[in-house]
Amino acid sequence: MRYSALSILRNALSGNRGWKPAWREPDPKPHYDVIIVGGGGHGLATAYYLAKEYGITNVAVLEKGYIGSGNVGRNTTIIRSNYILEGNEPFYEFSLKLWEGLEQDFNFNAMVSQRGIVNLFHDDSGRDHYARRGNAMMIHGVEAALLNREQVKALVPYLNYDHARFPIMGALYQKRAGTVRHDAVAWGYARGADSRGVDIIQNCEVTGIRRDASGRVTGVETSRGFIGCNKLGLAAAGNTSTVGRMAGLELPIESHVLQAFVSEGLKPAVHHVLTYGGGHFYISQSDKGGLVFGASLDYFPSYAQRGNLATVEETIEEGVSLIPGLSRARVLRSWGGVMDMSMDGSPIIDRTPIDNLYLNCGWCYGGFKATPASGFTFAHLLAKGESHEVSRFMRLDRFARGYAIDEAGKGPQPNLH
Amino acid sequence: MTGFRLTSGGLIDRSRPVSFSFDGKTFKGFEGDTLASALIANDQLLVGRSFKYHRPRGVLTAGSSEPNALVTIGTGPRSEPNTRATVAELYGGLTSRSQNRWPSLNVDIGSLNSLLSPFLGAGFYYKTFMWPKAFWEKVYEPFIRMAAGLGKLTLERDPDRYEKAWAHCDLLVVGAGPAGLAAALKAGRAGLRVILADEDFQPGGSLLSVAATIGGTPAALYAKTVLDELKSLANVTLMPRTTVFGWYDDNVFGAVEKVQKHVAEPSHAKPVERLWRVVARHAILATGAIERPLVFGGNDRPGVMTASAVSTYLNRYGVSPGEKVAVFTNGGTGYRTARDLKAAGIEVAAIVDTRASATDRAPEGVRVMLNAAIVDTKGGKRIKGIVVERAGFEEEIECDALAVSGGWSPVIHLACQRGAKPVWSDEKQAFLAPQSDARLTVAGSAAGLETLTEALADGAAKAEAVIAALGKTAAAEAALAVEDVAYSRHQPVWYVGGARSKAFVDYQNDVHVKDLALAEREAYSSIELSKRYTTSGMATDQGKIANVNATGIIASMKGVSPADVGTTTFRPFYTPVSLGTIAGTSRDRHGRPIRRSPLHGWAEKNGASFVEAGLWYRSSYFLKAGEKTWREACDREVLNVRANAGICDVSTLGKIEIFGPDAAEFLNRLYCNPMLKLPVGKARYGLMLREDGMVHDDGTLSRLAPDHFFMTTTTSMAGEVLSHMEFYHQAYWPELKLRFVSVSDQWAQMSIAGPKSRAILQKLVDADLSDDGFPFLAAREVRLKAGLSVRLFRISFSGELAYELAVPASYGEAVADLVMAEGAEFGLQPYGLEALNVLRIEKGHVTHAELNGTVTPDDAGFGKMMGMSKPDFVGKQLSSRFGLTAADRLQLVGLKPLDPKNEIRAGAHLLKEGAEPSMANDQGIVTSNCFSPVLGHPVALALLKSGRERIGETIIVFDRLRGDEFPATVCSPVFVDPDNLKLKGAVDEPAAPQRKEAAE
Amino acid sequence: MASLITCPHCGTRPKEEFAIKGDASRTRPSPAASAEEWQKFVYIRDNPKGRNIEYWHHVLGCRRWLVVDRDTLTHEVFAVTDAAEHALGRAEGAR
Repeated sequence: MRYSALSILRNALSGNRGWKPAWREPDPKPHYDVIIVGGGGHGLATAYYLAKEYGITNVAVLEKGYIGSGNVGRNTTIIRSNYILEGNEPFYEFSLKLWEGLEQDFNFNAMVSQRGIVNLFHDDSGRDHYARRGNAMMIHGVEAALLNREQVKALVPYLNYDHARFPIMGALYQKRAGTVRHDAVAWGYARGADSRGVDIIQNCEVTGIRRDASGRVTGVETSRGFIGCNKLGLAAAGNTSTVGRMAGLELPIESHVLQAFVSEGLKPAVHHVLTYGGGHFYISQSDKGGLVFGASLDYFPSYAQRGNLATVEETIEEGVSLIPGLSRARVLRSWGGVMDMSMDGSPIIDRTPIDNLYLNCGWCYGGFKATPASGFTFAHLLAKGESHEVSRFMRLDRFARGYAIDEAGKGPQPNLH
Repeated sequence: MTGFRLTSGGLIDRSRPVSFSFDGKTFKGFEGDTLASALIANDQLLVGRSFKYHRPRGVLTAGSSEPNALVTIGTGPRSEPNTRATVAELYGGLTSRSQNRWPSLNVDIGSLNSLLSPFLGAGFYYKTFMWPKAFWEKVYEPFIRMAAGLGKLTLERDPDRYEKAWAHCDLLVVGAGPAGLAAALKAGRAGLRVILADEDFQPGGSLLSVAATIGGTPAALYAKTVLDELKSLANVTLMPRTTVFGWYDDNVFGAVEKVQKHVAEPSHAKPVERLWRVVARHAILATGAIERPLVFGGNDRPGVMTASAVSTYLNRYGVSPGEKVAVFTNGGTGYRTARDLKAAGIEVAAIVDTRASATDRAPEGVRVMLNAAIVDTKGGKRIKGIVVERAGFEEEIECDALAVSGGWSPVIHLACQRGAKPVWSDEKQAFLAPQSDARLTVAGSAAGLETLTEALADGAAKAEAVIAALGKTAAAEAALAVEDVAYSRHQPVWYVGGARSKAFVDYQNDVHVKDLALAEREAYSSIELSKRYTTSGMATDQGKIANVNATGIIASMKGVSPADVGTTTFRPFYTPVSLGTIAGTSRDRHGRPIRRSPLHGWAEKNGASFVEAGLWYRSSYFLKAGEKTWREACDREVLNVRANAGICDVSTLGKIEIFGPDAAEFLNRLYCNPMLKLPVGKARYGLMLREDGMVHDDGTLSRLAPDHFFMTTTTSMAGEVLSHMEFYHQAYWPELKLRFVSVSDQWAQMSIAGPKSRAILQKLVDADLSDDGFPFLAAREVRLKAGLSVRLFRISFSGELAYELAVPASYGEAVADLVMAEGAEFGLQPYGLEALNVLRIEKGHVTHAELNGTVTPDDAGFGKMMGMSKPDFVGKQLSSRFGLTAADRLQLVGLKPLDPKNEIRAGAHLLKEGAEPSMANDQGIVTSNCFSPVLGHPVALALLKSGRERIGETIIVFDRLRGDEFPATVCSPVFVDPDNLKLKGAVDEPAAPQRKEAAE
Repeated sequence: MASLITCPHCGTRPKEEFAIKGDASRTRPSPAASAEEWQKFVYIRDNPKGRNIEYWHHVLGCRRWLVVDRDTLTHEVFAVTDAAEHALGRAEGAR
């Protein structure tokens, strides 16, 4: 059912008893044109765009838990398109444009809030790096601004200007960046996909990938039985290696845990997305009032959705160093997401050496902002058999060919990206 | 009809009255009160407003699960929003304010939201605020943001101190209630190193609130006796006011100790809070249980409290929430509270029991209504009565407070923070923690035990198991006789039907039963989805009050057991922790360590300005009288180096000393260029690659003896290069015989550069520094005439005749002074990082601005240096991949602006003339730039596609970010002295290109 | 693990004294190995959900590289060995 002012009024007057399920809870059919493994943001978005943009509706999304139980439900909700490289910037800008029209598109308010991101720098090399990034954005027609210290001070007056270990020199500012209500992204895509005929099957864990004598993928074994398919798309984030191994895929991925934090609800205090150049800290405030923040990985490979206290301390030390006035706010909850860290810090959206098997992974800790473009371009790949224009660099064989997309220049060590 | 202080009783110190304020009004309380107990004693039952509907709310609990009574304590920079009044220790001068209301707590405009509540059900915002599109950010969102949130954070600088500490113990006991005290006593007597932590300022837990006796002693007194004994044991540490908030890997616990949160003016000699990391061999969780409220219509009216809270206020604080109190229960605990009320002389309006029969004995004369339920409450800002339904008949009963008991939820939070899923017990009607790790056991009511006798015995038994596991023996002791009235179990009633008004599940977030029903109807039916859609359990109490009831309600709706619904995930923090505590002292200038060069003092006295470079403070430039800007100083310093000589502190370079018969072999594998045959007494420029073929770092290697090398790295990569070397030696080539050690801090190193550097050094050094005696790239130990052994290297970053002089760090400043004195007659001047940078850019030397991790040796112009004939070196194999050898790679070039007024700035991109700006047309980037005082115009280094083929081409510098787009000429990166004549110190000597020389 | 690591040289130390490189399951190929073998060595990770061996560096302690045998799901540690011993042992095993 469509959400509109009228439907809200009608339901309010009838005790809200008229609302229909946002999606069905179907049993799996024996066969689909396309099966997507992973009912997170990327998987659901893929199904949505397959149905909406490419007319492929005989699609199932298989989720081993509940939809949105992975990283789309445990991130810091930031969207932005401030990248350097040709392999990334057009893709993330495409994503940001999709975010901008998303709610009207899928008729669900995900609270896309373009409050702007302020990437602070604290020395000359930080400034040069952000200048390079800002010019990369502008060369692609994306608005950006380089702020000096006084401009930053006017915009964000509560930072540590007078006692900082690393003085604030300025910032790269992207006004169109912002935050989104993350769970709602999964729900909006799920609802939109379901209404177009996609089967969203929760509590359905993939336990094997079936291939025929020629090696082609023909379907998946699941906790709810075998389900056949013409094409199989993996969007399993931190579990990509595990699922890939079922088809004998060896992948350039290491799974790591990234913690994130939320404070108690507070009246509006932080009005932008802020990132600290003297460390890795980033912060924004949700519409509900919680300060949402995070910093570095725990650095050890992990599939546990939880981290350790040392990283908690480092994160909050950086936060209080940047914003002294956070000292008396209280952190309410921490959680951990399992990140599919790739070997160059950039994602992979590509076919695989195995027929009928397609791959969407390597999102590191930038996957949330990519959700619409990831879904769109993966759907394109699944539908057309070739890469979408903006994801054409995100190839699986780029490492062997020597075309890593290494924004940070950290080389083949996943936890440094 | 008021809350009031009883004339006697309680554990408060009636001889020590204190005054405090709430919303500007001054009140009196006693030491030993919480803010909540003191407010109730003053009949201030209305203390807050809820999140969404701004409903008036009162104190619900007497502990850390409180969802309603959140206030801001303190003023100015010490303001602490969202503080639970129920755990805030009262002190004289405490100032508190209610939150989330405007203009006042009594008259709150936001409460109009209640009228709109049909529109504001669960998830309403996902369905609306979308029309017109632009309105979301301009109208709706700012409004929602203002309405949301609870207390206000001032964002002022915190005036107080915080600190961190580690603690180690055999046994950590969390919770000093009956089970915790019994466990700590047992373990303490057996000689274990015990830490007993309790969140309360007064340890004792439920013993402080119950009217029972233990061994003939009143429970509270018994607690004191045990605590006194524990205090007397040297192996036991009592940590009151300490909340254990997290259980982490390896049995490490995070805890926060309130050190000075109960004083008006904290002493600066102590922290206000302290973060503990407790490493425990074993831990016993004795965290008790939380009483659940019943979910019924009007259950959020101020004056409605959990029954155990009413008992606690009566027995511990000598406070009654009313004069005529009703009880609503589905189990025995309600009767206990009725007895406590009666014992305190308070009238019990009625006991409303949902069960058909009860074995519990009501106090004499109290009316018991079985098979009855409350369907609504009367009153506005406090409860005035209840509407009871029984057998189809309704009755209104007057009361001024209502004690509610809906059953008990063991506090298993910590035990389930590391992935263990709570297990539903049908018998206990509660979620229990599974045994997931042998090092953590749960005891007492946290393990689902219901009586005091059981809790005491269980605490001791769990401690005995730990004592045995540690190989010690526990003394056998007879259990003390407990006198307590037995109460019957609760019969689950997840939701009291027939509600006339909203029945709240999550009080703070205003989630009521219909919201859960709506989520279920709309397919958000997993408990996790329901939580996220309705926000039930997401408030500051993290579902301590709401979660089990929500599970029960959802289970009832689905017609399944709570076991099938499960719970949401427990995660740190058990209760919210201030960021200040977790940051500790690591803030402001102490946020990261500070490194200072051994020549820092020398630079300082010569007038240096310093700049942060990683952890270092480096001398940036040396202003002279009359100079106003860094540029003036920099230009002068550069010109002086080129004309005379300069001295620069380069001590921050990484320095590594390498010894051993296989040292040369090791280094030969580490650098991409050949190092095996580096002659003794010579230095060589070297590049280390990563295994993916990209440059990792550059620096010099000097051979001081056949088996002795000295390496320099860049300042920023010093640590990483050492780790890289250690890795290859230890993990891959342990058979190579060598040892190496960082000596970065042991040597002060200065560069003495310029045509007159030789003459200056010759005055100081007892060695022949002529080109024959000490040629370009010579590297060896020499003696200063003053008598000190030093290392001298004839290497140059500036392109001038230059030396680097390394002296033991403690001699650094003295030697630099000496060089300055001897150099004065030659015009020697200090130069800083800015001039160093200009000198190297003019000469086309790279730094990590160019070597950015995506650059190969060939990109940087060092392709010929690579020793491809070596059998192996790090990065060799992957260097030949197509993408690393492609013709269109970015290559190092120089840039000069066509119009010398145009400054080419690092971070600009490059475009072909006439090309549209686009990613596909992007030709490269400017990496470094400066004004060249020698050439008199700006110059820059850049990485340009196929750059070396494009010398002479005009290219557009695209710097739209800073409003610049102008043409520049691509040129060689070497702007001055391309033939290295100056480097050799003799213009008549035949010149070879410097890079070729370095790679010899 | 990951709150504490028991270094074979220094004893039990907090995690923040260590730097973590990752997968230790692959040995560095010989110079004569194929390009494919080298690419796999540098870029491919087994990334098991479960038992995994990893390089940890006791960077703020003895500065030895360690091979930590641990579980990526439970974080339980089974063994910590000096990387040189591990390498020599592996070479021994290969013979």
